[in-house]
Amino acid sequence: MKSLEELRALKDKMQGKIGIRHDSDTEVKVVVGMATCGIAAGARPVLAAFTDELAKRGLNHVAVTQTGCIGICQYEPVVEVYVQGQEKVTYVKMTPQKALRVVNDHIVNGNVVTEYTIGANMNK
Amino acid sequence: MYRSHVLVCGGTGCTSSGSAKVIESLEKELAEQGLSEEIKVIRTGCFGLCSMGPIMIVYPDGSFYSGVQTEDIPEIVTEHLLKGRPVKRLLYQETVEEDVIKSLNQTDFYRKQKRVALRNCGVINPENIEEYIAYDGYEALGKVLTEYTPEQVIQIILDSGLRGRGGAGFPTGLKWKFAAANKADQKYVCCNADEGDPGAFMDRSVLEGDPHSVIEAMAIAGYAIGASQGYVYVRAEYPIAVKRLSIAITQAREYGLLGKNIFGTGFDFDVDIRLGAGAFVCGEETALMTSIEGKRGEPRPRPPFPALKGLFGKPTILNNVETLANIAQIILKGPEWFASMGTEKSKGTKVFALGGKINNTGLVEIPMGTTLREIVEDIGGGIPNGKKFKAAQTGGPSGGCIPEAHLDVPIDYDNLTAIGAMMGSGGLIIMDEDNCMVDIAKFFLEFTVDESCGKCTPCRVGTKRLLELLDKITSGNGELEDIDRLEELCYYIKNNSLCALGQTAPNPVLSTLKYFRDEYVAHVVEKRCPAGVCKGLLSFEIVADKCKGCTKCARNCPVGAISGSVRQPHVIDKAKCIKCGACMDNCAFHAIVKK
Repeated sequence: MKSLEELRALKDKMQGKIGIRHDSDTEVKVVVGMATCGIAAGARPVLAAFTDELAKRGLNHVAVTQTGCIGICQYEPVVEVYVQGQEKVTYVKMTPQKALRVVNDHIVNGNVVTEYTIGANMNK
Repeated sequence: MYRSHVLVCGGTGCTSSGSAKVIESLEKELAEQGLSEEIKVIRTGCFGLCSMGPIMIVYPDGSFYSGVQTEDIPEIVTEHLLKGRPVKRLLYQETVEEDVIKSLNQTDFYRKQKRVALRNCGVINPENIEEYIAYDGYEALGKVLTEYTPEQVIQIILDSGLRGRGGAGFPTGLKWKFAAANKADQKYVCCNADEGDPGAFMDRSVLEGDPHSVIEAMAIAGYAIGASQGYVYVRAEYPIAVKRLSIAITQAREYGLLGKNIFGTGFDFDVDIRLGAGAFVCGEETALMTSIEGKRGEPRPRPPFPALKGLFGKPTILNNVETLANIAQIILKGPEWFASMGTEKSKGTKVFALGGKINNTGLVEIPMGTTLREIVEDIGGGIPNGKKFKAAQTGGPSGGCIPEAHLDVPIDYDNLTAIGAMMGSGGLIIMDEDNCMVDIAKFFLEFTVDESCGKCTPCRVGTKRLLELLDKITSGNGELEDIDRLEELCYYIKNNSLCALGQTAPNPVLSTLKYFRDEYVAHVVEKRCPAGVCKGLLSFEIVADKCKGCTKCARNCPVGAISGSVRQPHVIDKAKCIKCGACMDNCAFHAIVKK
């Protein structure tokens, strides 16, 4: 460490890694269904894709958590995205590739990926 | 990237209740379930709720588990960490309210606390310097070295109103100013981590949970007074604290935050550890420095004060661990911020180690000016088993007892001194109606008699004579004149001892005499111990009407003092009785009474 700038750069890097240790309410919450049905359908790689992509983009205001079975097992892996002040959006039959698009379109740019939502998949 | 962090307390309290095993089985279970890449386990410092240990907190949701056992780990991993369903049964029950899980800051224990010195304890991994840096670590040192002159640093500390947290409450800025004014080729910064009061563990917890905050502050102090070397004097009985501090010093050197030319400013500073062998007197500043020099730990007269002639005869400042833990925050947030907390003459917060007859045993940090009642009733959760509060003991063997009448006094240095107690380093022992105050005074005197270094006569002989008088009173041989003799001797010792150990040793006697004189009188005149503690004044008797003659007491008596035939009332032979109380504990009919 030769200078204060170097210290601050390290601090910024580290803050991203430990950001989840704050109790404050995060603006966006990504909830992945991780009951037996979800895990069997491949929820784990989806969860990993979300955390990796969010970390890569340095999106510290987004928390990724898990939840249990919400009863629509045939649509697993199910992912719910809560943005403060908006209706929650439920994505179904998720994959790691779809997760990347949700991060890019929905979380970053604010456009819900309608084709992945439960509404679009109900009658198929 | 980890999606979840599990923080497990690795302080001494939780370690002794098994947190190391919990961490081991947690890591094993995570590996078995293939979650090691997703979930990170961090061993932190003290969370404060030591009575509920081992403590574990899961982020991002912040669920707080208490009393975690290794058997619980598979369930927590499968249910919570994999499926996201907190195991409510195992959560700290204060946080569970019907269907909602409250955050920790909303619980009674944490709500009234304000964490400044303990800000990183239970939050960061103390063995990883980068986590400390993420929470503004070493930013204050950088700011001081690049933006302020040493005089400005001292002025900031003066303006903050920070006073020494070791007990005496001397203004920290003033101490630095005196040492800075003395010219010398070499000066020293010492950290007093020789925490010796029975029941006190504030400094240990800071060193265990946030060692870098102490190192950073010592470097800042070094810059302010013109010193290039620091020593932390810590007791060898604190193995976890010593280990984490050594790791922290090594890491700080690796990162160039200790050593030569820090931040490229030309400022050199290094820190070394000196282990104390556990003598109470070495917490006294002159004895501490003598011990660092490699000599027998004995105090010497002051003046000259350490600021002029300290370690190795050079200007030295000595600050307590908790004092130092405040420094970086004061630099970063400004002296006004710090001075906005507390009372007129006592600024900031104070850490207390809460122990004795209290529900939430642990470590608490409160703003100065909080009342003792808030600490005992709100944060501490009251007295167990519905007993009545009798007194709070602050300041350990140097302090005094505070009776119920003064529970509403706002805590600060001057208020506590005014009511005959003292702030002390932060040990706070709560006593209920079952505690005998004469016995408490005797307990502390036994401690000081053991710990007196023997250099000066008032302390060496005086405390011994004090203890003998207390022994006489508690064994039932006291006379009324003994109480006056006690008092006279107390003042003699206070006025004539060489160092603070002797000068404060009579305080437990004086303050109990002041507030509980009737208990002393009961021991002497009525030959009775009102709390039923002093064995010399007790006698056990069997109430013939209640005794069924079951023989259980006779079988449990270790000295065969109870006789009687089956189904006939028994009797205790008082000549043989050793007053252990085994008969009373075992009687199913409450037929045995203690008088």
